[in-house]
Amino acid sequence: MDFTHTEERRMLADSLRRTLERGADWGDLAELGVLGALFTEDEGGFGGHGYDIAVVFEELGRAGCNLPVLDAGLAGGMLADAGRADLVERLIAGDLKATLAYGEPGLRYDLGPIRTAANGGTVSGHKSFVTNADEAGLLVVTALEDGVVKVFGVDPRGPGVTMMTTPALMGGTISEVTLDRAPAEALGPAETLESRLAAATLAVCADAIGTMDTVRDMTLDYLRTRKQFGVPIGKFQALQHRMADVAIEIEMARSAVINLSGHLDQAAPTRDRHVSAAKSLIGRTAHLVAEEAIQMHGGIAMTEEYALAPLARRLTAADSRLGDEDWHLARFIRLSA
Amino acid sequence: MDLTFTPEENAFRDEVRAFLRDRLPADIAAKVAAHTALSKADYDTWHSLLNEKGWLAGAWPRKFGGQEWSAVQKHIFEEETAAAHAPRTVPFGVAMLAPVLQAFGSKAQQDYYLPRILSGEDWWCQGYSEPGAGSDLASLKTRAVREGDHYVVNGQKTWTTLGQYADKIFCLVRTSTEGKPQEGISFLLIDMNTPGIEVRPIILIDGVHEVNEVWFTDVKVPVENLVGEENKGWTYAKYLLTHERTGIAGVGYAQAGLDSLKRIARAELQHGRPLIEDPLFAARLARIEIDLMAMATFNLRTVAGADAGAAPGAESSMLKVKGTVIRQTINALALRAIGPWAMPFVAEGLEDSNLYHPGPDYAAKASNVYLNNRKISIYGGSNEVQRGIITKAILGL
Repeated sequence: MDFTHTEERRMLADSLRRTLERGADWGDLAELGVLGALFTEDEGGFGGHGYDIAVVFEELGRAGCNLPVLDAGLAGGMLADAGRADLVERLIAGDLKATLAYGEPGLRYDLGPIRTAANGGTVSGHKSFVTNADEAGLLVVTALEDGVVKVFGVDPRGPGVTMMTTPALMGGTISEVTLDRAPAEALGPAETLESRLAAATLAVCADAIGTMDTVRDMTLDYLRTRKQFGVPIGKFQALQHRMADVAIEIEMARSAVINLSGHLDQAAPTRDRHVSAAKSLIGRTAHLVAEEAIQMHGGIAMTEEYALAPLARRLTAADSRLGDEDWHLARFIRLSA
Repeated sequence: MDLTFTPEENAFRDEVRAFLRDRLPADIAAKVAAHTALSKADYDTWHSLLNEKGWLAGAWPRKFGGQEWSAVQKHIFEEETAAAHAPRTVPFGVAMLAPVLQAFGSKAQQDYYLPRILSGEDWWCQGYSEPGAGSDLASLKTRAVREGDHYVVNGQKTWTTLGQYADKIFCLVRTSTEGKPQEGISFLLIDMNTPGIEVRPIILIDGVHEVNEVWFTDVKVPVENLVGEENKGWTYAKYLLTHERTGIAGVGYAQAGLDSLKRIARAELQHGRPLIEDPLFAARLARIEIDLMAMATFNLRTVAGADAGAAPGAESSMLKVKGTVIRQTINALALRAIGPWAMPFVAEGLEDSNLYHPGPDYAAKASNVYLNNRKISIYGGSNEVQRGIITKAILGL
């Protein structure tokens, strides 16, 4: 047993943390190798395993970074599976931003049955919850062709593409994308979608762990410095015990994510059982940490001006992304039967 | 034991329902149902409709033009208005300041201010909390120094709800630093148009402008604006906090929230079936409904106790803790029910219903409401402060 990360991963995490503290842009992340760490050597990267994904997203969550790294990993993964090494290379270099459009209205967290259909070099349909599509140069779209779900490349600024974009609860943007005979390049079958979403779910979980660490530290700072009744409020045992419970639950969540990281490369049933175990637990803990942090801070945490606000929203959104606590609980039960 | 309302109480409920059906403007109710922020004009319209009926001051004593509603009547009114999506009655003038003036104000203050509260001429806001005085309210530092026939006020108040609409503010100010902190506080009425007052918006986590900071720089306040005696303000403030306790559990809001949650769960599909049929979700829904049923009875026990003349007790702290947690749980379930529609987040949207939000209407504000209502376990004496009261006053620990 060894619960320490490799030297390479530790170095990547450290330099990513320092870069994010300075305020990083997309080029900085590419240069640092953050995007390359999401892909295996075969795919043109130098990572791509569970622990690589975990260290990267933990740092992004810790910093509250809104750059579309998850989208790059998810869309890029599908491009790699389609044998498009050329596009993956541009993505890793930071020259191309891509996002995956797979969700549809009415499906909640299910992957299907989808209705978007391909016909004669075009796709038509409605894609929901597409993250950071407004700044993407390529939409990777799932659509039915001859009764099979396949993956297509669509130019988000091309004809037949309409986007309605709003800010996203976790940061960044989220779009409803309407495709009306949008020209599309066939990329291949979508049979690896579940395994790529498993990796993306690990990313959301690890991101939440990093965010929880920051939120815990902010709350601890506040408990030490905020005085009421003549003493720091952290001297009140009622708050001490609640803070201790939060710390315990974060370590539980971290352990679940480590467990998932180590099983991400396993065959589907084992992998997905760990995906759902971790995501269900993360969903529960993310709400707890956000709610307790706000409550223990008091009114100041209700304000947009205080730095906790976007982090609390990010934790809230973590449960609503890629399957919530209950959706994964039910899936875990099915997979354990 | 008798769990039924009297015929008179049922008749009152029917009258409230009829009034709401006939007089509550549909556009205002639609805004409340959609969690869209109300304008000052919306509140003024609703207040004047209530005032015409004599119900704005329903809880006031008859000698001040009220109806002397019993606690049960107040409860029925709150329950029915919440169910009909009527705006809440803005409490600062009618329900908070007025009882203090009626109990401790001078005849001149009563004659001048009370009619203006009912007519809507004066919109009041509350100047209690300060950046350094939240749960520990008695540590407040805003100073009022007597100079001839006026006080000069300097300091800062915060969390001033709807202060952007206010004509006047009632403030707790420090007039003495001797003795215990509670002993040097006075209760002062201040015109918001006085030179030296600045209102600065605070934007909340859900993007709304609901509360404000109010800054006082050498603000001159006539001495006749002091309520009661100097340095007795803490007594009046505590009276104010214990006076309105029938609504503290928020049962009406919780019931309206639960009804709305069930509508969402019937409309939202999971694996092609209504979410309300999902065993995990159904269990969560049932658990909170069971809690709310018990809560409603707990609340009625307290309400009936108040009508029977029981002294205000720490059970209102129990109602506050449990009532806020139940409402927050319902908000969290609404967030869960809309699934991924929780992710689009239109933060500046509450005051502009034209802003685009994708997905079903019922999903538009669920995350905003969930985030905004984290405040209810913080304000009005945080749930930690309430537990402290329960520990001491009921449990004797």
